[in-house]
Amino acid sequence: MTLSPSPGARRSPGPWRTAAGDLLRNRTALAAAAVLLLVVLASLCAPLYADHIAHTDPFQSHVSGTTVVDGKTVPVLTPSSTGLGLGVTPIGPTWDPAHYFLGADNQGRDVLARLLYGGRTSLFIGFTAALLTCVVGTLVGVVAGYAGGVVDAVISRVLDVVWAFPVYLLAICLSVVLLTNGLKLGPVTVDAGSLWLPVTIIAAIYVPYIARPLRGQVLVLRNKEYIQAAVGSGAPTPRILRREVLPNVVPTAIVFVPLMTALAMLTESALSFLSVGVQPPDASWGTIIEDGLGLLYTRPAVTIAPGLLIALTTAALNVLGDGVRDALDPSARLRGGV
Amino acid sequence: MLVFALKRFASALLVMFAISVLVFLIFFATPGVDPAARIAGRNADPATLAQVRHSFGLDRPMPIRYLLMMRHLLIDRDLESFVNRGSRVIPQIIQATPVTLSLVIGAALIWMTAGILMGTAAATLRGRAADPLIMLVGVVGVSLPAYWLGEVVNLLTQKQLHDSLFSWVPPPGYVGLGQDPGQWALHMLFPWLTLALLYAGIYARLLRGEVVTALNEDYVRTARAKGLSERRILLRHALRCSLIPIVSLFGLDFGALVGGAALLTEVVFGLPGIGKLTFDALQNLDLPVIMGTVLYAAFFVVLANALVDILYARLDPRARHA
Amino acid sequence: MPEPLLDVRDLRVCFRTRQGLVTAVDGLSFSVAPGEVLGVVGESGSGKSVSMLAVLRLLTSPNVTVSGEVLFRGRDLLALPDKEMRAVRGREIAMVFQDPMTALTPVYTVGWQIAEAIRAHEQVSRKEAHARAVRLLSDVGIPDAASRLNAYPHEFSGGMRQRAVIAMALSCSPSLLIADEPTTALDVTVQAQILDLMRELNAGGSAMVLITHDMGVVSQIADRVLVMYGGRAAEEGPRRAVFHGPRHPYTWGLLDSVPRVGGPRLRRLPTIAGVPVAPGGIPEGCAFAPRCRLRHDLCEERPVLSGDTHLDACWLPSGDRAGLRVSARDTEAAS
Repeated sequence: MTLSPSPGARRSPGPWRTAAGDLLRNRTALAAAAVLLLVVLASLCAPLYADHIAHTDPFQSHVSGTTVVDGKTVPVLTPSSTGLGLGVTPIGPTWDPAHYFLGADNQGRDVLARLLYGGRTSLFIGFTAALLTCVVGTLVGVVAGYAGGVVDAVISRVLDVVWAFPVYLLAICLSVVLLTNGLKLGPVTVDAGSLWLPVTIIAAIYVPYIARPLRGQVLVLRNKEYIQAAVGSGAPTPRILRREVLPNVVPTAIVFVPLMTALAMLTESALSFLSVGVQPPDASWGTIIEDGLGLLYTRPAVTIAPGLLIALTTAALNVLGDGVRDALDPSARLRGGV
Repeated sequence: MLVFALKRFASALLVMFAISVLVFLIFFATPGVDPAARIAGRNADPATLAQVRHSFGLDRPMPIRYLLMMRHLLIDRDLESFVNRGSRVIPQIIQATPVTLSLVIGAALIWMTAGILMGTAAATLRGRAADPLIMLVGVVGVSLPAYWLGEVVNLLTQKQLHDSLFSWVPPPGYVGLGQDPGQWALHMLFPWLTLALLYAGIYARLLRGEVVTALNEDYVRTARAKGLSERRILLRHALRCSLIPIVSLFGLDFGALVGGAALLTEVVFGLPGIGKLTFDALQNLDLPVIMGTVLYAAFFVVLANALVDILYARLDPRARHA
Repeated sequence: MPEPLLDVRDLRVCFRTRQGLVTAVDGLSFSVAPGEVLGVVGESGSGKSVSMLAVLRLLTSPNVTVSGEVLFRGRDLLALPDKEMRAVRGREIAMVFQDPMTALTPVYTVGWQIAEAIRAHEQVSRKEAHARAVRLLSDVGIPDAASRLNAYPHEFSGGMRQRAVIAMALSCSPSLLIADEPTTALDVTVQAQILDLMRELNAGGSAMVLITHDMGVVSQIADRVLVMYGGRAAEEGPRRAVFHGPRHPYTWGLLDSVPRVGGPRLRRLPTIAGVPVAPGGIPEGCAFAPRCRLRHDLCEERPVLSGDTHLDACWLPSGDRAGLRVSARDTEAAS
C-alpha cells in the first residue's frame, strides 16, 4: 500500500515567507511603514535643509539676529509687549521654507531645522535603545529559561525587582547619577553628554519587558518533545539553542523591536522634557517641547510641532508593530498590552 | 483568601526591600561618583561635606550605609533639601501625596469605565464602523506623549478657546478636596481626562480582543446551549472572564502611571503632587528630594500592585491557589 | 413508527473560508424517536459534531450558512425566532460537549452555573434552584454534593466536571440530550462510569443523540446507529443490524478496525486505507469512493441513502454484501 500525496497539496512556503507575504498584504502596516520612512528621510536631510535652504545654524542662538518676512527685514526676537517685559517673543511661523518656516524658539533658533536635527536624535535613541533592549533581553531570557536552576532564580529575581520599579523613576535615578560623570563599567565608557547615555539607560530599564516573556517562552519550549528529543539524542547545548530554541524565540523578539522603539522614543522625550535625557547642545523632540514650554501661549508651534512628530512616528511604529505581530507571533505582548 | 492576601503583602515587602537596595546602589555605589558631594549639593563647603559623610556613614561598610540611608528616609525622616536648606523632604512628600492620589485614582476610574464600555461595544459591534474607530483611539493613546497632550489641552482650554467654549475652566492649579469638592473636581477634570485618554483606548482594544476570544470559548457555547440570552452570555460570562487579564494589566499600569505619565501630567497642569516635586528637584538635581520621592513612589507602586493582585484573586478563583 | 421527536431533513451546512465555500454537512437526514438512543459515528471531520451544533443553532459564525429542516415536535427549529429558540435550548434539547475541562465558565462555582441553567427557564427562587442543583449533582453521582456545589470547575477532576456538565444539561429534564463525544477526553474507567450514567438517563425516558468515533461506545448504548462520512450519511439502521450485517464498505472498515478481546491475535490491526476526506475535497460521487476497495464506475455518481429500516448509501448490489465484505478483506490481506 502506498500513500500518495493528494494532488492539491503544494510545498508550503517557510514561516518567514508567509509572514512577509502577510505583512505585504497588510495595507495599514504598509502605510505606517511609508510614514516612518518619510520621517526618517526628512531627519536624514537635516543638514541639507539647515545649510542650503534655511542657511542657519540651529545650535547657535541668534538673540539679535534678523530675518526677512515679505521682503522686510525683521528681528527674530522682539521684547515681550505683555507682562513685565522680561521675556521675549520669538518670530512665529512664516511658512517660508527659507526663513523660519515654523518660527524661532526663545533663543532665536530655527524651529524646523531643530526639529529635523531633533528627529535624528530621537530616532537614533529610540531605535538603538530598542535594538539593544531586544538583543540583551533575548539573551537574558534565553539563558534564564534554558539554564534553569540557580542561574534562572537569580536572573528572575533581579528582573522582578526592576519590573516592579516604575520605569520612569528608575530612569530618573540612573540619569541623575550618571549625568554629571558618565558611566564607567569595565571596558564600557559612556561620556556624560553623550547620546549613548540615554540609550543605555532606556535600554537597561526595559530589559525585563523583553526578557520576562521570552524566558517564559523558553521554559515552555524546554519541555516540548522535540527539544527533549534533541537533548536525549545527545545534541550539544549550543546546537540546541541555535537550531531549536532561537528560531522559536527570534520572531517574538522581532515583533518587539518596532513596539519597543515607540516606547523608547516616548521615554526619551519624557526624560528630555524632564531635562534628564538628551543634554544641550544636542536637541531631541523632547527637549524642543521643553524649550517651548514657556512659549506655549504665544508661540504654540514650538511645542505642537515636535509633539505631533513624536505622535506620528510612534503611532506609525505601533501600527507597523501590530502588523509585524499579526504576521509573526500574534500572542506577543509587551507589558502594558501594547 | 486571607492567607493569599497576607502572602501577597509579604512578597510586596520583599520587593520593597529589593527596590530600596537598588536605589541605594544607584545613589551610593555607582562607580566614579562621590555620593557625599551629590547629597550635599553643588559647591558645598567642606564642613557640610564632612557632616553628610558622617551622617550617611560613607566611611563605613555598605550594609551600615544602607541602614543609615533607610533610617534617614523612613525613621528619622530628616532628609533635607539642599536647595532650600532646612526644608524637610518627607513632610513635603506626605503633603503632595493627596494631590497625586486624586489625579491617578480619578483618571483610573474614568479610563477603566470608558475602556470597558468601549471595548465591550467594539466586541459586539465587530466588523462595523465603531470598531476600527476604537482601535484608532487605542493607537493614538499609546502614541501620544502625556505631557505634550496636557500642554495642548492647556493651550485649548486656557488660550485658544478660553473665551468661548472653555470659559468655565479654572486656571491650572489644585484645590483640596476637603476645601471645596466642586472646585477640586473642576480643577482635576482636564488632568483626569488627559490621563484617561492615554489609557482608555488601549484598554478598550485589549478588552475587545479578550471578549472576542472569550466568545469563541467552549464555556460560551455551553452557556448558549443552556438557553441563556446573548446579553447575559456577553456580560456574565464572556466579559466577566475577560476582565481578569484587564485587571492584572491595570495593576501594572497603575503603578507605572504613578511614576510616569502622572508625574508629567502634574508638571503640565501645575498640580503640586509628587511628580511636580520630583520635577522641581530634577531642575536643580536636588538629590535628597529625588531620593525621597523615588523611594516613596516606588513603595506606593508596589503596594498598589499588591492590592490589585488581591482584587485579581477575588475575580479569578484559580489565582487564589497559585 | 411513532411520531419522531427530532426529524432532520436535508440538513446542509456551508462554511465560507479563504479557500472558498466548504460544505461540512451535505444533505443529512435522520430522525430520533422519543426515548431512543441514536449513535452517530464517523471519523474526525465527518460532520457529526457540526450537524448537531446546527440542530441547536449553535453555529454563530457569520461565515456559516445552514439550510434544510430541523423538526422538533413538528416545529422547524431553523425558522424559530431567537427568543423561542432559546426556550428550546437547555429546556427541551440539552447538549453536553466533548471537553469538560473548558465547558464550564472558570470564574463561577459549579452550583452557580447549574442554578443559572434552572433559572434561565423556570421562575424559581435562588434557594430552590440551589436545592435542585444539589439533587442533580448527587443524581449524577457526585458524593457530598451539597459542599461540592460551592467548588469551582478547576477544583473538579475531568470525570467530575463531565458529571457536573451532564447535571447542568439535565437541570430542566430535557426530552432530548445531545452528547458530543462525552467520554473521549476522559480516562477509560471514568468513561465507563459516564456511559453508565447515560444509560440510566435513557432508562429514565429521555431520548439521546450520542456522537462518538468509538464503535465500542455505540455498541453498548445505542438503539440505532447513523454512520457518517464526508458530511453525508453512509449507513443508518438498528444497532443489531448495523453491527451484525453492516452494508457500507466504510462501516466494514470501522468495525474491522476495532480490536476484539478473545478474537484471533492480529499481527496488525486492519485500517481503512487512505486518509479521511477533508471537507472541501469531497468528490462529486460517493464520498468514500477514493478509499473504497470495491469502487466501480457507478461510484462517480452520488448514491442515495435507501433501504427499509436499515438504510445505506452504496452502489454495490444489495444482495450479497456479506460475501463482498469477505472478498474485500481477502484482497486487503493479499496486498
